[in-house]
Amino acid sequence: MTLSATASNRVHDIAIIGAGVVGCAVFREFTLAGLDCVLIERDADIISGASKANSALLHTGFDATPGTVEAACVRDGYRRYRQIHERMNLPLLETGALVVAWSEEQRAKLPGIVAQAHANGVTDVFEIAAGAVQAREPGLGPGVAGGVWIPGEAVIDAWSAPLGYALQGLLNGGTLLRNTEVTGGTLDDRVWTLTTATGPTIRAGIVINCAGNYGDLVEAIARPSPFAITPRKGQFLVYDKPAYDLIRSIILPVPTARTKGIVMTRTAYGNLLVGPTAEDQAERRIATIEAATLEQLADAGRRMLPGLAAVPVTTAYAGLRPATQFKDYQIEALPERRWITIGGIRSTGLTGSLGIAALAAELYASHFGALKPLADPLWPRLPNLTEELPRPSAQAGRSEIVCHCELVTRDEIVAALDGPLPAGSLGGLRRRTRCMMGRCQGFYCSRRVLELAAPKIPGLLHA
Amino acid sequence: MRSVTIIGAGPAGLSAARVLVANGLRDVLVLERNPEPGGLPRFCDHLGWGVLDLHRLWRGPRYARELVRRAAGAEIRTNVTVTGFEPGGRIRVTSLDGPAVIESQIVLIATGIRETPRGPRLVSGTRPWGVTTTGAFQEMAQAGQVPFRKPVIIGSELVSFSAIMTARHAGIRPVAMVEANARITARRPGDLIARHVFGVPVLTATRLVEIRGLDRVESVIVEHEGARREIACDGVVFTGAFVPEAFVAKTSGLAIDPGSGGPAIDNFYRCSDPSYFAAGNVLRPVEHSGVAAAEGARAAAAIAMALRDGLPSPGGAIAVSVGGAMRYVYPQRLIVEHLPLRLFGRAAAAHQGRLRILADDAVIASRPISVLPERRIAMTIPAGDLAGRHAVSILLD
Repeated sequence: MTLSATASNRVHDIAIIGAGVVGCAVFREFTLAGLDCVLIERDADIISGASKANSALLHTGFDATPGTVEAACVRDGYRRYRQIHERMNLPLLETGALVVAWSEEQRAKLPGIVAQAHANGVTDVFEIAAGAVQAREPGLGPGVAGGVWIPGEAVIDAWSAPLGYALQGLLNGGTLLRNTEVTGGTLDDRVWTLTTATGPTIRAGIVINCAGNYGDLVEAIARPSPFAITPRKGQFLVYDKPAYDLIRSIILPVPTARTKGIVMTRTAYGNLLVGPTAEDQAERRIATIEAATLEQLADAGRRMLPGLAAVPVTTAYAGLRPATQFKDYQIEALPERRWITIGGIRSTGLTGSLGIAALAAELYASHFGALKPLADPLWPRLPNLTEELPRPSAQAGRSEIVCHCELVTRDEIVAALDGPLPAGSLGGLRRRTRCMMGRCQGFYCSRRVLELAAPKIPGLLHA
Repeated sequence: MRSVTIIGAGPAGLSAARVLVANGLRDVLVLERNPEPGGLPRFCDHLGWGVLDLHRLWRGPRYARELVRRAAGAEIRTNVTVTGFEPGGRIRVTSLDGPAVIESQIVLIATGIRETPRGPRLVSGTRPWGVTTTGAFQEMAQAGQVPFRKPVIIGSELVSFSAIMTARHAGIRPVAMVEANARITARRPGDLIARHVFGVPVLTATRLVEIRGLDRVESVIVEHEGARREIACDGVVFTGAFVPEAFVAKTSGLAIDPGSGGPAIDNFYRCSDPSYFAAGNVLRPVEHSGVAAAEGARAAAAIAMALRDGLPSPGGAIAVSVGGAMRYVYPQRLIVEHLPLRLFGRAAAAHQGRLRILADDAVIASRPISVLPERRIAMTIPAGDLAGRHAVSILLD
């Protein structure tokens, strides 16, 4: 399964290019639909591109543009995540969200936000007065002019969810190829032959493009791409755990046409997140953090939430969202090309992914043939990374704690380096376990993490 | 109920254990979250340890072993992580046997210190592997792990030169030491030693602007007098900028001094909850292990007195505040029983001027001073000067 070379004459039913959250959800969907799927990832681990850095929110879709594919996928994905999260042990922090207006001008836009939510079928959304906002969130700074309360918004874990989707695909017979960059492909006699940078070709009946920030380049394998990706960079600040209690709900700004704006939210891991920025760039792979921008984020955070001034920053990160010239998702089936396009999945992709996967399955069924879902699929259970539920460090018979900031035990790290989807990079190990992700950033645990990781992950240490 | 539980088996905690045992206490418990006791010296495999407290010159691991040996009579439990302090000396822990509560008459917090990693420094660039801190690097190097061959060293504190020594010992050649200030932070002639003995260029008045590299560090951009240049390297070691490891104290509601980052104490090492004492580097950014050990010993003497005869009530303490260029002073509260009282602090930045001690509004001591931010400033409040006073301020003008 994992990392094993596929026999050159094997023809998979489906080849999915890109193991971001969308690719992982599509992989799960089609494997559970009884098809032989191969998930192809250019990086050393899954969730290495657009999906690895976002705000990890489960959106109701209250602010989507009504009637769009995005609105439908987010609504459906939201519902599906809530259906399966317990079974996979995926986190869900029921925080609710507050859109906070910081001026009269912004307050004037609140009725429109409520109306849009209702048009999107999110009917439990309502406007609240400034005093009620402050009563819910006494930590907010001065200048609150009003708010909109969205009870259904929630915090999830941007890592465990796609890992769970990929694992379920693997457990039910799917194949994952990492370190495998698709460079081209030809369709002959209803079979795609994909060429890769590393050599072996991959054959499949249908190709699904889930290539995120490379979506238009991969699309060009099938046709001149109708969309062009301009990666939109978002930088985030992560505050240390004492900041977790400064707010209870997700604090959203009144959005602009371009971006949802700077969000403040608890994380599933017990931190507080401030971000993202929205900066267009040509570079598809490298998302740098910039000190001046981070200072501005910190300033904005302190203005909205003065208590942040007393809490140290743990780390900062940046991600790239695959924006196109279109506002909506770009999802379609190309029957003659035996290809399904899933492009331009922006920041809502984490929530939308399960809905996107279901939509892809519908497209498949209408164009390529009926699906026969597995009668009794296997379900993985993900290790708990949240502080809201008991962690292994608090259980009798635990192994030694290696990472003291995040309380990660040796057994958790060993497990993440083993099994059907072992960490393929140090970043993947860190995201799977939280080791080295806390306030000391590896001061106390680097040696012990490397003792476990270096034999399994190449390139960390010199001989 | 146990009489004393010490949290942290490093120089301060083990020295405190030694003194408490010497005072006849038979139920001293030392909790250590790591699998082995000894603290950070375990990983500092070069000479310089034990001089101030044990009057010997040892390598760090030997010093750590001696501290453990001399604490014999105390029970040291490893793999025990403290997760919370509750009022009155009840601490929540998790050990290999799961969660538990330990109750003691007195708890001594001796959890030490760590360096500021990249995150809070808000350095621009990519986030590749190869970025670390001195402490992590030294522990890796001691285990034979070679994470890079030619790192840059950021900072010029004593520990930064320790990083260079460790590197050379491991066959790693730092390509530069980068210091934002106009002169190095450690006492001279550290820069001359670095330059001439170790062959590492010391770049002062130079700021780290950006880290580059996708999977691994490939270079850094530095800026000197407005001009930027790229230095090829494969690692970045952030050194110093120490912060007390006081997370549990902070989240448990003990008063923290925002200037020092550590628990605020009185002159008996008592925290805001008088069941909790604190000593060693958890009190403030780093001092030499010998200073931390001596503080552990003095705190232990105060604890022994508290158990035997009782200490003066913590109420009615004189609050100590700082002003001007002073960053912090400890103890932060004074209980005047015996004078003179010793206070220690640091300046926020390099400063030349006058250090004044005010009791209420009256100047009781004043002296000219020239300090660097990483140098300890010692002050003495002379006998008889605090009678009837309510507040002390330490001003650096």
